[in-house]
Amino acid sequence: MVVLRKPNEKMEYILATDVGSTTTKARFFHKRDGEWRFWVAGEAPTTVEAPYEDVTLGVRNAVREVEELTGHQILTPDGTGIIIPYDGEKGVDLYCTTSSAGGGLQMMVAGLIKTMTAESANRAALGAGAIVMDVIARDDGRRIYQKIRRIRSLRPDMILLAGGTDGGAKAHVMEIAELIKAAEPKARLGISYKLPIVYAGNKDLRPQIKELLGKDFALTIVDNLRPVLEIENTEPARRAIHELFMEHVMSHAPGYDKLMKWTDVDIMPTPAGEGMAMQLIAKVYGKNVLGVGLGGATTNVYSVFEGKFVRSVSANLGMSYSITNVMKEAGIKNIMRWLPFKLDEEEVANRLMNKMIRPTTIPHTLEDLIVEHAVAREALRLGLRHHKGIATRLKGVRVKRTIGDIFEQALEETYIDLMKIDIIAGTGGLLSHAPWRAQSLLILTDAFQPEGVTWLFQDSVFMMPHLGVLSTVYPEAAWQIFDKDCLVRLGTVIAPRGLAKEGEEVMTVEMEMPDGETIREGVKFGEIKCIELPERQEANITIIPQRGFDVGNGSGHKVEGKAMGGVVGVILDGRGRPLQLPEEEGLRKELLLRWWHALNLYPEDELKELV
Amino acid sequence: MKGSKFTKRVSKEAYAYTPGLKVKLATTIYKTRRLPVPGEVLVGMGDSVSYDTIVARAFIRGDPEVVKVSTLLGVEPEELPEYMYKRVGDRVKKDEVIAGYTALFGLIKKRATSPIDGTIESISTATGQIVIRGLPVPVEVDAYIPGEVVEVLPREGVVVKTNAAFVQGIFGIGGETHGRIRIAVDSPEEELTADHVTSEDKGAILIGGSLVTLDALRRGVEVGVSCIVAGGIHHKDLKEFMGEEIGVAITGQEEVGLTLIITEGFGRMRMSRRTFNLLKRFEGYMAAANGATQIRAGVIRPEIIIPHEEHYEETSGDELAAGMIPGTPIRIIREPYFGAIGRVISLPVELQQIQTRSYVRVVEVELEDGRVVIVPRANVEIIEE
Repeated sequence: MVVLRKPNEKMEYILATDVGSTTTKARFFHKRDGEWRFWVAGEAPTTVEAPYEDVTLGVRNAVREVEELTGHQILTPDGTGIIIPYDGEKGVDLYCTTSSAGGGLQMMVAGLIKTMTAESANRAALGAGAIVMDVIARDDGRRIYQKIRRIRSLRPDMILLAGGTDGGAKAHVMEIAELIKAAEPKARLGISYKLPIVYAGNKDLRPQIKELLGKDFALTIVDNLRPVLEIENTEPARRAIHELFMEHVMSHAPGYDKLMKWTDVDIMPTPAGEGMAMQLIAKVYGKNVLGVGLGGATTNVYSVFEGKFVRSVSANLGMSYSITNVMKEAGIKNIMRWLPFKLDEEEVANRLMNKMIRPTTIPHTLEDLIVEHAVAREALRLGLRHHKGIATRLKGVRVKRTIGDIFEQALEETYIDLMKIDIIAGTGGLLSHAPWRAQSLLILTDAFQPEGVTWLFQDSVFMMPHLGVLSTVYPEAAWQIFDKDCLVRLGTVIAPRGLAKEGEEVMTVEMEMPDGETIREGVKFGEIKCIELPERQEANITIIPQRGFDVGNGSGHKVEGKAMGGVVGVILDGRGRPLQLPEEEGLRKELLLRWWHALNLYPEDELKELV
Repeated sequence: MKGSKFTKRVSKEAYAYTPGLKVKLATTIYKTRRLPVPGEVLVGMGDSVSYDTIVARAFIRGDPEVVKVSTLLGVEPEELPEYMYKRVGDRVKKDEVIAGYTALFGLIKKRATSPIDGTIESISTATGQIVIRGLPVPVEVDAYIPGEVVEVLPREGVVVKTNAAFVQGIFGIGGETHGRIRIAVDSPEEELTADHVTSEDKGAILIGGSLVTLDALRRGVEVGVSCIVAGGIHHKDLKEFMGEEIGVAITGQEEVGLTLIITEGFGRMRMSRRTFNLLKRFEGYMAAANGATQIRAGVIRPEIIIPHEEHYEETSGDELAAGMIPGTPIRIIREPYFGAIGRVISLPVELQQIQTRSYVRVVEVELEDGRVVIVPRANVEIIEE
């Protein structure tokens, strides 16, 4: 519910927070000379857990930091609330927040066929900002008793049940519903309330579903998310999930009853806020976007590809709580390959374990920073791999194949083609806090391996979720801040697809600079170059790749386009795609250092000492 | 002038991101011992309980078993009730015939049997499935710590109170246990190796120093040690001991033969003197220990509870940790000063640049050896005195 105390045009101060799993981040916005700008940030540990068990304490601490830094009073004198509206001296005109504390929104989804309705239900739940604990389907390979045991052991916040097209399968959908009822799943936050279930399956079954589940669960029935095989309609389910999140889940989390009274706008799951920000970028630029929120516990990947928005969450890939799980899934060797200095494998493993048990600590030494950056590359790589498994074509739909497809043997399941991704945007603590912006540019580039011409953005001080939720009530203010203070233009990466021997010519790039000068650069294989082009400037580019290299128009074909300037500049990446690191240790280290040197990635003197 | 570069602004007080671990000589411990489902409480107010006393018992509803009876009989789901020999609520035995039919003068005989002992819960004419609920499974909760029952939670459990010394670890594996404390090393710097574990340590809580080795853990399992407590452990030894890599720190359910509690972190880490000295003081005492750790969503740290009757001045209990102010004792919990102990000198408000070139909120600390260092506020924890 939205209750604004002042009309938008009269507002002067806005406070937004994100109650994260580790830290609560307050962002303070102010209208100056008719324009909305970010003013200052305050952060404090999240206090969802014992002994505090009240999220508003963390919010108060973070806001107090804002007060300390600005001298602007926001909290009521007794600290029990926010002064709204601004009275000419103190207070803010609007307060809104996102939240992922206490594990965020955890859901179980169920559908009939794993690759059809269950997959669509999974996408719907993910799109709503949930962590999907399990996907139950008739053909998921588990025996009935195994599924029941699994459902009993999970304690989700909510269940999304889909299955059958409208007028389609009935009995099998009821089987799944009966399975859920028999398993008697309990809600995560307390046994005193009924577990919410959203039914978004075959509409003909609504009376039966109501009869079967209506008594024991808080049942909400919405439009079928797969009314026919060719259409996926996740929006009604997503909306229902958000409403139930507020009504059932948030109101049971420690302190949220108070926080709900403080805010003017419904609390939104952090990934939903982040997703809105990614969609805003896609909308404003009219381009395909691949976004990522690299958090402490999870990695969220978002894609807006030809208008279709999909989110994936890798629940156990993150930079603090889940850092050792990145090591487990990627393998320590894959982390070590990004280090150009001698460090014992066991020493790195111990450090990561120590980060996991003390997740709020930050790197103090350069060596430690570089180790975390190595882990980030692997978390992002795995996150994108996971995303490609979610961002797939609708299965069960006949696909028209072209001659080209036949030659390519099989049609790739995912439609995410890095060559067609125009923008990559990153957010999350590690990326936002990278001391030098070139670091986050190269982390994103190494992990996602953009192809062709790609613009790179990043969140300046982690405020995409804040602006996402703000955009639901005051889109103009949100975009002004987004454009001026949040969205850092890192630059453009020009990277041909293809491989060659080191030193062989890869491409020639001609850039018409804003001052009229034309720069012509040849790039050899294994080389990376940086051409300065400041933020908010553009250059016309012509790329002529060598045979065997593709920048979007096929092997050896010229591409013309625009390079966006940024704080790093235009990167000519001749390292080839897929990016391969040499097996030989000396060669690998030398190459890494050469690339880092080209981008002036880390302080040279300290780096030399480490190597 | 506010924010001017000519004045050094400092916070009067600041929170620490990492709450300090508790190391208390004497405190009152209240442990709620609760059943997972409502049941029967077996002890009363004021009763004395010991480690193993069963305080409550309940029966958990059995697992359901789904049988596709209509498919087995080859009949339509809506016809199912006609062929059922049992009704909802009837008790059935394993292999008992629950539905069937005979046709063609007995030439065709089809039967459906129950796969388990249980009760018929539902018969669905929509799917032709029936649900048989398995027999209830008993669960019991013990007292875990000795003491007095100070509250009875009807049908749920009890609260047990005891006076005890209390030590929190940073990470552990394995669940609740108890045993007699034996200090197996001479100093907090010394490693706990297999040589320190003797056959007389069966059932003991063994205290090591800076590191527990893999062979010490294995020897501990061999002789039946209840729990091993040490400053640190190497990641590879833990992985080897557990048989798998730890992904996310949610532990306590491992069945590895003993409970392990690490007080400082991974790698070789001298056990904090306060922790070591406290445990040493109570050598020979019985204690309860639990390795269960959860870092995310409801922090749980491993613990050692040493009940005792001695009268020390009670140290502060569970009140919320106060913030840092100049003079607060702290410990640094990240390189390059990992483990160093010191006192807060000041808490500058302005962000400061550290070696990584990041601008962060910092704290100025005087270390035990007299050095004054600046570290990120995020990298210290308050030592609770």
